Amino acid sequence: MAVSAKKIAAEPVLEEKKSCGLKGVFRRSFLGIPYALFLAMFVIFPLLLIVFYAFTDKNGAFTFGNFIAFFSSGTNISNLLISVGIAFITTAVCLLIAYPVAYILSRFKSARTYIFVLLFVAPMWINFVLRAYALREILNLLGLLGKTNFLNVIIGMVYDFLPFMILPLYTTLIKMDKSLEEASADLGGNGAVTFFKVTLPLSVPGIISGAMMVFLPCMSCYVITDTFGNSKIPLIGKLIETMFGTASDWNMGSAIALIMLVIMFVTMLCTGGFKNETTARGNAL
Amino acid sequence: MTKKILSWAFIALVLAFVYAPIVVLIIFSFTDATILGQWGGFSLDLFKRLFTVPEMRKMIVNTIVLALLAGVISTVLGTLGAMGIFYAKKGWGKVLQGASNINVINAEIVIAVSLALVSSIFVFNMTYYSLLIGHVAFCTPFVVLSVIPKLKQMDPSLYEAALDLGASPAKALFKVVLPEILPGIVSGFLLALTLSLDDYIITSFTKPAEFDTISTYVYNAVKNTAKSELPAFRALAAVIFLIIVIVVVVLNVRAAGKNKQIAKMEKGKK
Repeated sequence: MAVSAKKIAAEPVLEEKKSCGLKGVFRRSFLGIPYALFLAMFVIFPLLLIVFYAFTDKNGAFTFGNFIAFFSSGTNISNLLISVGIAFITTAVCLLIAYPVAYILSRFKSARTYIFVLLFVAPMWINFVLRAYALREILNLLGLLGKTNFLNVIIGMVYDFLPFMILPLYTTLIKMDKSLEEASADLGGNGAVTFFKVTLPLSVPGIISGAMMVFLPCMSCYVITDTFGNSKIPLIGKLIETMFGTASDWNMGSAIALIMLVIMFVTMLCTGGFKNETTARGNAL
Repeated sequence: MTKKILSWAFIALVLAFVYAPIVVLIIFSFTDATILGQWGGFSLDLFKRLFTVPEMRKMIVNTIVLALLAGVISTVLGTLGAMGIFYAKKGWGKVLQGASNINVINAEIVIAVSLALVSSIFVFNMTYYSLLIGHVAFCTPFVVLSVIPKLKQMDPSLYEAALDLGASPAKALFKVVLPEILPGIVSGFLLALTLSLDDYIITSFTKPAEFDTISTYVYNAVKNTAKSELPAFRALAAVIFLIIVIVVVVLNVRAAGKNKQIAKMEKGKK
């Protein structure tokens, strides 16, 4: 566990040594040791434990049984597909709503634009469960609750994740070099051509990081499906919860968690959408 | 012109979608009718309940204390971690950064069950420590991500100049590096705070049985609708929203007090 931390510490940093001179053996990279230890103990080790449980049976013997059981069950496969489907639809709807909002806001000339940006982001600071409860009450008032489970879940997801899509899009659009659009207009491109040939391609990084911020948490956000879907829409996250909760089958639960983990990291690698990860959460402040 | 009107109409429409539930909830927090949509006359009873029902008071205090603790610990740990990553030799910095980023990408449910596994194997049940560790593990990577850009922006020779002028490394870090990266630390702290306040999944897996935060309390109450505290959540939402509005207004007034141009530039940077 501590090996990585020790090795970090053991690496000599020549320039610093010089400038430290007689100041002893202190190196600034040592400051990372507590965090390295913390990560090893509470991030890496727990994940290794998940891997261990996923590949063992109840008696601790090595097996692929959990994965075979998961993938040979029709319900599990359909749950997986439903999770991906819901995440995909939510992401698409969020994008369709958020892109015009971000575009319009980024074109506002007023110095007060940030107030509007804040207006869109502020609900994010209300407790997530409480916000879901608020929307649930409204759907109840409208008589939708319990009737249109699938639609309600999508509405709930979009409601909760919309700000995560608006922010990265807005930051990308506001940073964009406006002279490129002007150049396109000067060269005879009309509004639509300029948008589709210049603005949209340039905002792809924002689209990707926004989509990641919505798509990934959606797949496991069973709070929303429980609140809006009468617990009738099964998500892969809910399945993990049940396995560790009422079903208390840690091995199966770990296997599903591992599958989920693989899906997440593959999605990340494919899109390379990690770079702007903080733009959604971090810069809301 | 039509384009402008359409733009405004669209913005207004989306804002209506975002705020309608909150506004309706706030309006009906001023009556004590059990069912939303019924008006039982003006009453502040729901607000009173927030502060008088012991369970309610407890979960609100729990949430705030936990968020502050998790926020402070993650900020200290994350700031140190960010410096470690930034100043370490390239390869090791990358390894540490990669390990740090795991929980940013990872699904909350996977973080939650993996920590619950560790706790139940080594401690046999969930304690306040497992809960706190869960929150710190979840929040710290975001602190790291908000501090590192500030370290990159900093002039690296400042630290060395301080050393050359006779400062001890500790003094140089506190007097030179820390003030330079303070904005990143502050926004990391605020981010950790909001993440902790907002969290449900990790909390539900790592908390001790009798402990509740706003998230778990509301979630369980919504699931067992038989419970009677549901109407009081309208008041809770109203109070939280009021706090947010106050914070946003204060921040804006302060920002407006500074040079507007600077504010605009900073927003552009973000």
